[in-house]
Amino acid sequence: MNGPSVNDFVIKVATVNGTGSASANGLLMKTIFRMGVPVVGKNIFPSNIQGLPTWYEIRVTGDGYGGRDGNVHLSVAMNPDTYADDVAELTPGGVLMYDSTWPRPQLTARTDVTVIGVPLSRMCNDAFAVARSRVLMKNMAYVGAAAALLNLDMAVIQALVEEMFASKPRLVPDNMKALALGFDYVSENFECPLPFRVMSMNKTEGKIIIDGNTAAALGCVYGGATFGAWYPITPSTSLMDGFAEYCAKLRVDPETGFNKFCIIQAEDELAAAGLTIGASWNGARAFTPTSGPGISLMSEFIGYAYYAEVPMVLFDIQRVGPSTGMPTRTQQCDIQLCAYASHGDTRHILVFPANPRECFEMAVNALDLAERFQTPVFFMSDIDIGMNDWMVDELTWDDTYIPDRGKVLTAEEVDGLDTFHRYLDVDGDTIPYRTLPGTNPKGSYFLRGSGHNKFGRYTEKGPEYKEVVDRLLAKWKSAAEAVPAPITISARSKARCGIIAVGSSDPAVLEARDRLEASGIPVDYMRVRGFPFSKEVEAFIDAHEQVFVVEQNRDAQLRGLLVAETTAPKEKLVAILHYSGEPLNFRFVYDEIQTAVKVRKIA
Amino acid sequence: MTSFVKPKIRRKQEPVNTLGMVRADYDGTASTLCAGCGHDSVNAALARAFFELSVEPHMAVKVSGIGCSSKSPTYFMSDAHGANTVHGRMPAFATGAVAANSDLTYIGISGDGDSLSIGLGQMAHAIRRNVNMLYMLYNNGVYGLTKGQFSASADIGSVAKKGGANELPPIDPAALALATGATFVARSFSGDREQLIPLIKAGLRHTGFAVIDVISPCVTFNDHKGSTKSYAHTYKYFHPAVHADFVPPSEEIITAYEEGELMPVEMHDGSRIRLRKLDSDYDPRDRAGAFAKVLEGQSKDEILTGLLYINEDLPDMHARKNTGPRPLNQIPYSELNPGAAKLKDLQRSFR
Ligand SMILES: Cc1ncc(C[n+]2csc(CCOP(=O)(O)OP(=O)(O)O)c2C)c(N)n1
Ligand code: SF4
Ligand SMILES: [Mg+2]
Repeated sequence: MNGPSVNDFVIKVATVNGTGSASANGLLMKTIFRMGVPVVGKNIFPSNIQGLPTWYEIRVTGDGYGGRDGNVHLSVAMNPDTYADDVAELTPGGVLMYDSTWPRPQLTARTDVTVIGVPLSRMCNDAFAVARSRVLMKNMAYVGAAAALLNLDMAVIQALVEEMFASKPRLVPDNMKALALGFDYVSENFECPLPFRVMSMNKTEGKIIIDGNTAAALGCVYGGATFGAWYPITPSTSLMDGFAEYCAKLRVDPETGFNKFCIIQAEDELAAAGLTIGASWNGARAFTPTSGPGISLMSEFIGYAYYAEVPMVLFDIQRVGPSTGMPTRTQQCDIQLCAYASHGDTRHILVFPANPRECFEMAVNALDLAERFQTPVFFMSDIDIGMNDWMVDELTWDDTYIPDRGKVLTAEEVDGLDTFHRYLDVDGDTIPYRTLPGTNPKGSYFLRGSGHNKFGRYTEKGPEYKEVVDRLLAKWKSAAEAVPAPITISARSKARCGIIAVGSSDPAVLEARDRLEASGIPVDYMRVRGFPFSKEVEAFIDAHEQVFVVEQNRDAQLRGLLVAETTAPKEKLVAILHYSGEPLNFRFVYDEIQTAVKVRKIA
Repeated sequence: MTSFVKPKIRRKQEPVNTLGMVRADYDGTASTLCAGCGHDSVNAALARAFFELSVEPHMAVKVSGIGCSSKSPTYFMSDAHGANTVHGRMPAFATGAVAANSDLTYIGISGDGDSLSIGLGQMAHAIRRNVNMLYMLYNNGVYGLTKGQFSASADIGSVAKKGGANELPPIDPAALALATGATFVARSFSGDREQLIPLIKAGLRHTGFAVIDVISPCVTFNDHKGSTKSYAHTYKYFHPAVHADFVPPSEEIITAYEEGELMPVEMHDGSRIRLRKLDSDYDPRDRAGAFAKVLEGQSKDEILTGLLYINEDLPDMHARKNTGPRPLNQIPYSELNPGAAKLKDLQRSFR
């Protein structure tokens, strides 16, 4: 856990929003990835189109850990407004590179870091004529400079630049020229490369770099979703953008030219929920991507879908609340909202993907679960998973997959029945049969959110009402073993403590756990992947004296759910809370648990 | 109160439609609305229209919001699927349902509270999308189900049962529909089945969003003296501008039309609407003219009724979404799965 070393350090690029730095940062990250070295990318961006500070953090991690480090070793400081913060954040021994076109002697106030000035703007102004291209080329120039400092393979960079501009090859020479400006200046004026640098490895084969929203969108395509409705909201928008893009490529009938999908941009989230439920009731696999504010607005319809038993999939890409909160910062702050969304006694099925690969897989799970259990299913992602580029194993698909459409009767099956009753538990498994409009007159029923009995008829009789809602509770409980099962990592020796976490906390917790064990604190770790909690979750808590619940919100929402929904004694569950809005890092988890263990003497 | 299925007892020699079904086959469960409520008459007209059009009940879908009016879907055509959704949100549900299956006939039922207050946004946006459905707005000037508060369609000066006059200007559903781009706009009265039934039939056959604003008095909370949505007031100020006869495709094409008649409007399924001008210079194919006429009616305290506007030429939601004739919910998964090889292929850009 000490200082930076070869293939183990963090680069943080500070730029101004709207200056086109995203592709340069992507280039930097992909170059390292193509050199076979695992990387972690985090985009820390403002809710703004142009002008506010933005950072891109790249962790080079030869060990292959997927979370944030928490330290910064090379700061590429391209935004004078944040120089002070960027210098302050550097780990002792770190390096700051800045644009010395306008020299800043005060940057050298810290004696324990090295400051490297590269006159990027001046060089680009001299080399390029057009104002906008000077700005863009400066981005390429800092990539070139970083390449020299970090020993990046220029051939890999060149190949990537050529791919980047495959449709506009005439732009390649200028970009390569800008890269060379930075590279040459740094090589000529400073000792290169730095002691912490990149050395080719072979650890990224079979891996891809992808964000969770793109992966979830692909999951919707492969899972057979035909209908999506949404109202734009950061950070869920890119999920629908992805779905639209892949549908345009993969879901247009080659013969007729007709679309095998329908996407509707709703007037608000109330409508998005209604659209999804209407389509799903009528037999289309339907979903809606949103974020916390959207879930708040959808709540009435969510209760309707729960009570009337209509499948629906909600992708909640969580962002910092309450209210508008910090719309581009990450949290796991809607756990309780989604678990019990809507008025009255309602409880829902949740799935918790922890990385883009799981986003792909669990999008399909969510579509299956919703139709199997005829109820809303929440896919609990967040900004960190949804919008950041993660290195994960390549996605794979099993072509023998058959969607679980649940108990939907065909016209022939309805014909074979004496009578059809929508909410009758015929099989004794708490899940009734449904029919689709237009199949068979005998199968018609009336969907309502008002009191209904098991035959689907209106009722205000207590016992009849209770019979239905009691079955709903039993149905929900039965989903505990159908949601994705928890994953447990056990310490090599017997551990008295455990950690429970969900979603994007996973990589930081995994790394913290390894390091705790290495420093003599064995801990077991269970990553919960679904709600209702399976029996294993209770057993895990039972088996430990203390369980740290690591989560990204102020109010210990996951811990609250564990207290409410398992027999675990409250005192056993210790909350470790991170809610600044930045993705979790392993040092935070490590430090918190190490301190807690010392204080409680439970190692 | 638990509802029950009304027994179907056939009369001898009862007229049958082309499906061999009788009018009673289009009945629903017994109404629990107040005796004399306008909504019951509209529901009877709906059942009649579906019967006369020979729509197979299970090929129709009835959806509604919340309110006395929104209870209606259970009171006719029991063999059709139906959904009572949440207050003001039927348009979204309906739009999703229509998107999933273009093969069915969709009817939405809403009230003036459901549509013009809580659901104003959704109604406007469903209109804008030209969703292929008939939207019935049962307009009684009040919230019946919550016991008589003024709704947004109440006229200035209309007096509440408990006293007190409405001061806010009304939202006229027909003007709203015209402004937001509806392709079929009509107004009628629950007390005039002769006018209402052909309008319903035409609205059902229209490709795109059809709105019928039906004045449908609430006998319990808004049928007193001083109310502008009472039976008495509506009869008095009722002003039919144009009469629409609905001619199904099977009937012979009539080449000569009567004096005062306009060109027939061709519908996509081959049926046609024969329009009879009751006013001198009214042409319901002219949107600007219709708008002017509706506003003029308002200023004269006239309840302008009939088929106020029709446009068969604009693409409906399905056409705009290019979803083709096959319903989305009938595409087999084998045609939706791009396949493992494709997935491998497209991931090359992620490396
Ligand atoms: C979210 C919500 N708010 C309020 C209500 C109460 N509510 C039920 S019906 C209704 C008004 C219905 O008026 P209208 O649509 O005109 O129907 P009518 O009863 O007059 O036919 C109201 C306010 C509700 N059901 N849901
Ligand atoms: S309260 Fe009014 S609207 Fe409701 S059923 Fe009675 S008469 Fe009809
Ligand atoms: Mg009303």
